Amino acid sequence: MQPDRHEIALSVNGTAYRREVEPRMLLSDFLRHELMLAGTHVGCEHGVCGACTILLDGIPVRSCLMLAVQSDGHELSTVEGLASEAGLHPVQQAMHEHHGLQCGYCTPGILMTMTAYLKENPSPSEEEVREALSGNICRCTGYQNIVDAMLAAAKAMRETAP
Amino acid sequence: MTTRFFGAPVKRNEDKKLLAGQALFIDDVELPGMLHAAFLRSQVAHARINRIDASAALQRNGVVAVYTAKDLGAYWQPGPLLVPPPPVPGIVFNLRSHVPLAKDIVRCAGEPLAIVVAESRYIAEDALDDIAVDLESLPAVVDIEKALEKDAACVHADLGSNVAAHVHQSKGNYHSAAAKAHLTLRRRFRYEHGISSPIETRGVVAQWDGRAEHMTVWDTTQAPVFVRNVLAGVLGLGEGQVRVIAPFVGGGFGPKIMMLYPEEATLPWIAMRLNRPIKWIEDRYEHFVATTHERGQIHDAEIALTRDGRILGVKDVFLHDNGAYNPYGLTVPINSQCTLLGPYVIPAYDSTFTSVFTNLPIVTPYRGAGRQHGVFVIERLLDLAAHALDIDPAEIRRRNLIPKDAFPYQNQIIYQDFAPLEYDSGNYEPVLDKALEAIGYADFIANEQPKLRAQGRSVGISIACYVEGTGIGPYEGAKVQVRANGKVSVATGIGTQGQGHFTSFAQIVADQLGVDVTDVDIVTGDTDRFYWGAGTFASRGAVVAGNAVSEASQAVRKKALKLASDVFECAEEDLVLADGKVSIVGVPEKFIRLGELAQRANPMRGAVKPGTEPGLESTQYFGPPSGSTANGVHAAIIEVDPATYELKILKYVVVHDCGTVINPMILEGQIHGGVAQGIGNAFYEKLCFDEQGQLLNASLADYLLPTALEVPRMELDHTVTPSPLNPLGIKGAGEAGAIPVGPLFAQAIENALQLKQRKIELLEIPLSPSRVFELIQQASQEGNKT
Repeated sequence: MQPDRHEIALSVNGTAYRREVEPRMLLSDFLRHELMLAGTHVGCEHGVCGACTILLDGIPVRSCLMLAVQSDGHELSTVEGLASEAGLHPVQQAMHEHHGLQCGYCTPGILMTMTAYLKENPSPSEEEVREALSGNICRCTGYQNIVDAMLAAAKAMRETAP
Repeated sequence: MTTRFFGAPVKRNEDKKLLAGQALFIDDVELPGMLHAAFLRSQVAHARINRIDASAALQRNGVVAVYTAKDLGAYWQPGPLLVPPPPVPGIVFNLRSHVPLAKDIVRCAGEPLAIVVAESRYIAEDALDDIAVDLESLPAVVDIEKALEKDAACVHADLGSNVAAHVHQSKGNYHSAAAKAHLTLRRRFRYEHGISSPIETRGVVAQWDGRAEHMTVWDTTQAPVFVRNVLAGVLGLGEGQVRVIAPFVGGGFGPKIMMLYPEEATLPWIAMRLNRPIKWIEDRYEHFVATTHERGQIHDAEIALTRDGRILGVKDVFLHDNGAYNPYGLTVPINSQCTLLGPYVIPAYDSTFTSVFTNLPIVTPYRGAGRQHGVFVIERLLDLAAHALDIDPAEIRRRNLIPKDAFPYQNQIIYQDFAPLEYDSGNYEPVLDKALEAIGYADFIANEQPKLRAQGRSVGISIACYVEGTGIGPYEGAKVQVRANGKVSVATGIGTQGQGHFTSFAQIVADQLGVDVTDVDIVTGDTDRFYWGAGTFASRGAVVAGNAVSEASQAVRKKALKLASDVFECAEEDLVLADGKVSIVGVPEKFIRLGELAQRANPMRGAVKPGTEPGLESTQYFGPPSGSTANGVHAAIIEVDPATYELKILKYVVVHDCGTVINPMILEGQIHGGVAQGIGNAFYEKLCFDEQGQLLNASLADYLLPTALEVPRMELDHTVTPSPLNPLGIKGAGEAGAIPVGPLFAQAIENALQLKQRKIELLEIPLSPSRVFELIQQASQEGNKT
């Protein structure tokens, strides 16, 4: 191992990875360009737009504000892991049905933020959805259809919950 | 032909890939041996370049090359003129186009000075700090009024002034109209527009294949065919040797078109020299200074009216901030000049503008493209006139609307597409009526507002009208092809940045060819798949490319029916095309599948009849004679906190007419997004420069974009007045939502705080809470003095 590199071990969407990385490598760059999980998008690299949001042990974090070395030993989830063999995740499905995406660039971050949020709050009001969404910037949709999608997804998940 | 899909809210074909994180965006392009570029940008707005020394950068491990303007040799050339000035008599246009890397003089902060190419982006960015630059600062031209003063510094010294263009257009005679007027009002208006700031920044990947002598460029451009043509020219290659691919693009809104951005011009050239692929991805800070803006205008405008509020004429003289170079011609100020006329009968119009060079980033169209500025002026003038004449703001608009029997309505002056500004069709009054009804206008004023005022709440109502010139030429094309598996491929030359083209175009084809909408694949923005075209701008994709897709699918339909009539030895009229097959009317078991017809259209043996073309495919082009004019009315109820001037939008209504609708769900999405950008523009998006031309708020933490908490729920409705200029009757809709929000805000805030009664007028945009506070403070101080 080169002296300026660190070995890290982490899991992403249930798959274990072991890699050597430079200490300064951003987690977003590591996911996108080292693990080739390019579904996580980078919009601002200063933690405002939310496009790069992933889950770190189930909690939404901005992968552009973390270093890859900080993910050592953690379980990560990205947009690539949302759908299953059975099909799209209810939040993805609702985004499709309510036209909650246009260019789709901010979408992965929104999906990760909101799947975590709806787990925490399965019956949100519209105001609560807007508050939860307010850390993710979308420049195309004006948010209305995303809000509707989230309310519909919450309802669908409540109805199918065991 | 049945219309199962056309006009229906069909869910989007492109969603699946995007939702799964599987769509290819520019930074997802990974190539073996790929290098990374970073640009050293000037931190000074106006300076003489004494020296650039890159020797230390070249010593750094992992750095492959560094280029300055000098290193580009003969490749260093100013860019081409993207849009020539329109043929207006007496026009002055001083072209000073941008350059790939600054040489001798820097003309705006952010202009690139050098390029580092390295094994990783990290190393390339490290090496930027190794480059020693000696710049001698010159006085910066920032203020567009001061820029025209005699002793002002010149952005382009050889020009001797900062006049980029001067244009006068008129209809009727304003002077005699004003002489007959009961009332004339004159005011100064300032309108700032901002940066489009798509969530995906720009990027370029260039790959040169030395053996094949072929260049492939992935580019976030909205106009891949133009980029291909210009690149082939400057690189000395044939167009067939250059393939430009605009992959999924994360929002554009106008600024993702330039011919060429420095990064687009230089990366392919370097890739040829190094014979390795190179990637450049813009970061957000760069985006604020390296991608084009739309900014400010100052209008001195006068309106002349009769006693009953009918417009006799408008005179307007305005200054337009053009930025450091003007490769995009006059699209933005011409749009302002033309769109000011709005949906109103304005018998006399006299408009003059001066486009001004400044030491600030280049101004090119951003959603609305100057239309906002013009709409703000006329809508505010009408509000002032309504107050002076004691006419209701909605009523004064109604009295001036172009009547429905006056179409096509000739406005005489020249529009951005070089054609005389003629509104093709329209029926404006029902749009106003619907908006007034939806917002509850009469009831709010008579009942609701007095109640709220009695409770101490400051709630205002507003209404604004606009037109939008859309769907301009020159043309677009489409190739429609039935494949052997019965599915249909469509290719067109425009790019796509989220407008839903993969679905709306598929809807057009699916109905013509009797297939399911999910069986139609659309390719946009790959110059190897479709050779010709102009691009996605000016709300023209659905109008121009949509009609080309329609023409091509009709031709394929004819071909399929002709072939099947030969197979069945029957007349074409006896055949029906549905469910992916052609069958005989009344004999559904007698059919042939489209895929089989496609195979028969490309036989292995036998003679092809003279005059027939192989394959079940057709390529068709569509070019409208001029743009089609959409229109709409926005209305809002807005509450203002009288202590903090914080705004809350309680209700927002849009009623819109963009002719025939292909997909109402996609249309609503376009309107929602436009309104959100309009709210940002009206409320707080402002690029703040200091006197040295430094952008002070170049981050998303400082330049605020609207979030889900600021954008309200919108109520949408529409009317349909088809355009006679294209067979589908479509008008564009991409920019409509963004255009009238500024005057709507100003009117609502004035109404909420009863500012007219206090003789305070809001004549500028944006109107952030702090700016409204300042304006009211200023006005009350002035009031105290008198």
